[in-house]
Amino acid sequence: MADDRTLAEMLRAKGITRRGFLKFCATTASMMALSPAMVPKIAAALESARRPSVIWLSFQECTGCTESLTRSHAPSIEKLIFDVISLDHHHTLMAASGHAVDEALNEAMEENFGKYILIVDGSIPVGNPAYSTVSGISNLDMLEHAAKGAAAVVSVGTCAAYGGLPYASPNPTGAVSVSDIVKDKPIINVPGCPPIPVVITGVLAQFLTFGKVPELDSLGRPKAFYGQNIHDRCYRRPFYERGQFAETFDDEGAKKGWCLFKLGCKGPVTYNACATTKWNEGTSWPVESGHGCLGCSQPDFWDMGGFYRALSMPTVNLAEKAGVGIAAGAAIGVAAGALNRMKKAKAVKGHETVTVDDLEKGE
Amino acid sequence: MNEVDFLLWVRGPGLAIATVIFVLGMIVKLFEIFMLGRKKNLAELRGSGIKEGFRTIITRSGHVDTYSTRNTRFTHIAGWVFHIGLFTTIFLLTPHIEVFKSIIGFAWPALPTPIIDLATVIAMITMLAMLFHRITNPVLKYLSTGQDFVVWALTFAPLLTGYMAYHHLFFSYTLLLGLHILSVCLLLVFFPFTKLTHAVTLFFARWYNGMMAGEKGVQQ
Repeated sequence: MADDRTLAEMLRAKGITRRGFLKFCATTASMMALSPAMVPKIAAALESARRPSVIWLSFQECTGCTESLTRSHAPSIEKLIFDVISLDHHHTLMAASGHAVDEALNEAMEENFGKYILIVDGSIPVGNPAYSTVSGISNLDMLEHAAKGAAAVVSVGTCAAYGGLPYASPNPTGAVSVSDIVKDKPIINVPGCPPIPVVITGVLAQFLTFGKVPELDSLGRPKAFYGQNIHDRCYRRPFYERGQFAETFDDEGAKKGWCLFKLGCKGPVTYNACATTKWNEGTSWPVESGHGCLGCSQPDFWDMGGFYRALSMPTVNLAEKAGVGIAAGAAIGVAAGALNRMKKAKAVKGHETVTVDDLEKGE
Repeated sequence: MNEVDFLLWVRGPGLAIATVIFVLGMIVKLFEIFMLGRKKNLAELRGSGIKEGFRTIITRSGHVDTYSTRNTRFTHIAGWVFHIGLFTTIFLLTPHIEVFKSIIGFAWPALPTPIIDLATVIAMITMLAMLFHRITNPVLKYLSTGQDFVVWALTFAPLLTGYMAYHHLFFSYTLLLGLHILSVCLLLVFFPFTKLTHAVTLFFARWYNGMMAGEKGVQQ
């Protein structure tokens, strides 16, 4: 924390060439859909950035988000950038350090009050706080305490952003998202289960470059990374248009790489960078490996009516509901019909015949 | 409620409510029609009414009588074009077939989406032309009631929202898909209580006309 070197100095000390650094800036700019003219600005901003203090809190989570980041491409420039930001506190990575960790947290918070970036992964149990505690402190208390001095909060992963898996019905722990608790700080959601590593670092780079919260969509996600629809960017889209679908995971269609819509792909309602950025150094992504998109960067993806049911399918058993409708309709129908018949019979009975004499009398 | 909650609601509880109202309403309607009964035919039967009834269902749909349709040619042609476009869109698009499959348990082949897209556009243009015809033709305008316009809107909305969802126009796909399913829910809810019931009752009406004529020995 006492290190006052700039990011550029740190990177050079770690053996990163200027060419490599600029390449990273160019990649970041293109991912954020910025013009090439912005590359030098990103480079300048990052170079002069003094290691911003980052506090990373892990709540109800599976550590997948941290895994995604730390086990991304073997020592990548993104990872080094992450090394040189001052990750002053990370629950999971510091787990072995005992009480010293808590001191590091408090120290980081006090020293950088109002300036540090708070990263949260995992949801917060408010139903019963005892479901998840760190050093005996509930997640809720810790988040409220840490958010006070944060410049911004970054919710990494769908659990922190939208509640995620713990939030899934029936939500036994009463889990909520960060935005349900923190109301007075800018929050950037970086959802995904887990989020793409370069998207995590990209969001941080964007924040460091421009010094402000990036443009967010209606679900609080940076548009630069979550502006694209999986279905629109999917390389299997032509098969959808042609009506060529895999019906099972091992039929001819699946072998030929046809569209996975019928197998429950949630691509059409999912916004993420998977289809373009891909995973594991651009090796592949779920749809490319033959499985439909689960929609993991969307709220409630666990409760979207089943991973293997087509998106257009109703989430309830409509045949059963229709049966109820038929039964009730038949009962009401018979009653209404009987009422109508009674009315008709009454009308017939009350019908007064008119003779010619009556008509003449009336004149 | 964000757009994801909205989509989940219309795909689940919303659609369930609409389905129950639709089925219940239609069954009540049919019971009411059938239980009204008809006067007993006291005349001697001159032929089989049942067979003629079924024959009429088909012949009435396909007859080309240039004399009696001379003033209503637009309605006839536009009506046919619109209905073909509508049925192609409803029954031959893969996501729609998946919905039917989830209810009745079996599926049938679909058409490529560009063809469905074309059918949707044709159906929408024909509907707009028919609306224009309705408000400009003095006779039709005089005969039109508020319900005619409500029914038009209820039918047009699913086509429009479906088209917008497919082309990602103006809003996110999530929201548009939710709106599309909501518009279908509304169509289902109003279906049994408006002129839309013609989709079912036309078969009974035609069968009854044919049967009456058949029993009287009318040569068709």
